[in-house]
Amino acid sequence: MRWLQDPILDVQHLTMRFGGLVAINDLSFQAGRGDITALIGPNGAGKTTVFNCITGFYKPTEGMIALRKPDGSHMLLERLPGFSINWKAKVARTFQNIRLFSGMTVLENLLVAQHNSLMIASGFTFLGVLGIGGYRKAESDAIERAKYWLDKIRLTDRADDPAGDLPYGAQRRLEIARAMCTDPLLLCLDEPAAGLNPRESHELNALLLSIRKDHATSILLIEHDMSVVMEISDHVVVLDYGTKISDGSPSEIRSDPRVIAAYLGVADEEVEQVASEIGA
Amino acid sequence: MEIFVQQLINGLTLGSIYGLIAIGYTMVFGIIGMVNFAHGDVFMLSAFIALIFFLILTTWLGMTSIVLALLIVLVIAMVLTSLWGWAIERIAYRPLRGSFRLAPLISAIGVSIFLSNFVQVAQGARNKPTPPMMREVIVLFQGESGYNVALSYKQIVIMASTAVLLAIFWYLVQKTSLGRAQRACEQDRKMAALLGIDVDRTISLTFVIGAALAAVAGTMYLLYYGVVSFNDGFVPGVKAFTAAVLGGIGSLPGAVLGGLIIGLIETFWSAYFSIEYKDVAAFSILAIVLIFMPSGILGRPEVEKV
Repeated sequence: MRWLQDPILDVQHLTMRFGGLVAINDLSFQAGRGDITALIGPNGAGKTTVFNCITGFYKPTEGMIALRKPDGSHMLLERLPGFSINWKAKVARTFQNIRLFSGMTVLENLLVAQHNSLMIASGFTFLGVLGIGGYRKAESDAIERAKYWLDKIRLTDRADDPAGDLPYGAQRRLEIARAMCTDPLLLCLDEPAAGLNPRESHELNALLLSIRKDHATSILLIEHDMSVVMEISDHVVVLDYGTKISDGSPSEIRSDPRVIAAYLGVADEEVEQVASEIGA
Repeated sequence: MEIFVQQLINGLTLGSIYGLIAIGYTMVFGIIGMVNFAHGDVFMLSAFIALIFFLILTTWLGMTSIVLALLIVLVIAMVLTSLWGWAIERIAYRPLRGSFRLAPLISAIGVSIFLSNFVQVAQGARNKPTPPMMREVIVLFQGESGYNVALSYKQIVIMASTAVLLAIFWYLVQKTSLGRAQRACEQDRKMAALLGIDVDRTISLTFVIGAALAAVAGTMYLLYYGVVSFNDGFVPGVKAFTAAVLGGIGSLPGAVLGGLIIGLIETFWSAYFSIEYKDVAAFSILAIVLIFMPSGILGRPEVEKV
């Protein structure tokens, strides 16, 4: 139960209403530091809305989203302006529908993600243009890091192609690599395996496991592909209609009757019946 | 033949000035999708700043080297005009960013009227001349009819500084992190913010760069014509905007190309046909080009995937 002892993300009583529609209702959960946490649920359960609250797209109606840094301090994400969520709180995300900068090259996509450190090194460009300061060093470091990730996602030979020309699976990998170039503490992935074939999805698992192993990055992911969820996640949170219906290790979730009911669409009485049968 | 070459030189000079202004329109449009109608007046303002500092340097401080004075004036005009550009964005556009699409446009027209009236009140309504400067010319060749084809020092300065500044600017946009952030904001502002890019600051810097280039154009305009008035922002502003649309709005090389084309059309039309109808000619070409190439000469057509 690492997520209770050392959570990196602590969501408390999160509620998001759009007019009369309650997309998330009093949701509390934790994601453990160093864990791969999966957020699952049927379509329309509010998973992406949770992500949008975490990454500042929406201001939550109620509740708190705290990111705990390794030094024990915490930042309240719902109070930060958009770009600080990445820059100060070190949260990065990818999207269900890929949002690469398609007109820029693959390499440039990875360099854009390192913009802030480069800007500081170049004295907001002005000193850099005049050749003062450690700009060249910073730029070559940034390229080194981009190369490391290109190597890892096997796109080194396409570094100078426009990102929009890559095949779909490669774009997904590039989006993850770009998020990782911002050096995040928490990486939020919105359906990273959507549209991937079994081989690509297998590679994705390997990539995510290696991110967790080699970098100090915890992962929070939304996924429909249960093989991915069960294979790599340490902790699963299940949402249905904006409320949490289950929370635990993959094996616990697998046998939880409420989860099965939510996915298979059983009538409520039957759920209660099943629940009472197993003594939940 | 002689007239043709001479008009080519004149047209390219004028086109360089339009091109420099057009970059400001095209960049701002690219990043926030707004036509900054005040940009022409920022250009006019910069010409006044240049005029004032030129007179201070030469008349009050008695500087004798015109080239050095112009260089100092150029730097001062760029810095001060950048400040104006920054302040305009901060005061008149940023608070309206979340508003409906037309709001910043109306605000821009307001800024445009404010600037021209401010200059009229502060500097007077009459044309302000500079003392004559850089009147030397190089005679390239003499035609049979005794007509000299001349390239003046001014024209060399204007074309050379345009070329140099465009090169620097191109480097800035293509190779530096600021340029990458700008292009990223152009494509997807929200995603750029999620990668830690301060979008507001990037937009501010876009206005600063646009204003600095307008200041170069303003200084060159003053050098070329030797006179400036409070309503000189409007027509060059509209022409430069036309140039940006002609070249393909959002495209930087397009803006320069469009500027050169408009400049050439204008001078050739004045030389061969009638000077009264030069603007009609320029705008007619715009209309014709846009009928056949709706996204401009170098603009990327919007392809919608279905």
